Amino acid sequence: MVPKETGSILEWIRIQEEDFSVEEETNRIKERSKRIGGIVTFLGTARDFSKGKDINRIDFEYYPGMAEKKLNEIRERALQDYDIIEVSILHRVGRIETGENIVLILVAAEHRKDAFRACEWCIDELKRITPIWKREETTQGEVWVVEHP
Amino acid sequence: MVTIRFFAVLKKLLDRDSMHLQLTGPTTLKTLIDRIESEIPSIRSVIREGRTLIAVNQEIAQDETVVSDGDEVAFLPPFAGGQH
Repeated sequence: MVPKETGSILEWIRIQEEDFSVEEETNRIKERSKRIGGIVTFLGTARDFSKGKDINRIDFEYYPGMAEKKLNEIRERALQDYDIIEVSILHRVGRIETGENIVLILVAAEHRKDAFRACEWCIDELKRITPIWKREETTQGEVWVVEHP
Repeated sequence: MVTIRFFAVLKKLLDRDSMHLQLTGPTTLKTLIDRIESEIPSIRSVIREGRTLIAVNQEIAQDETVVSDGDEVAFLPPFAGGQH
């Protein structure tokens, strides 16, 4: 049977249409532990030019339930494989105008080295295994994007 | 009944976002695709040429994966991050 959607109940994983505040999210993860000595942030934003075409806007589609599950798997594996304290992953879907926020990954750790490594691994893995699709509306028509990592 | 979902570019290519099939008992994904093929003749070429992954109940599945009544099968084109 199909598992229930888990997105809304996961504290550190969110997929949402509305924008987010990097500052609020940073403060939230900072409160997670007094041992945190560094937070590495990856913020992905919508550019206005891709592969030689001007982009008017982007639409993100996702597979509800599976996408949250994959993000949670990424978080759990990062916590297991790196010496870090917490990981927060937030991805927007729906219509996103150029210049707006798309994805935010925060990795909090005692020391910076593993936080940097884990953050890079998380965004690479997110792009590789999470069922999220990007459609760009360009001046020359509509394109479903498959980017290289 | 099995729910079959199509995402992103597949929705446009196949001109639908879902379909339903009645099963008389558990079957393999391969057999299920044979049944889908009778309704959508292009499904196998779409899977092959589009590098489409298939998930059963939100887990990536193979030809031999068993599909039962109540399951959800999803056709997933390459994700925004690339690869597959």
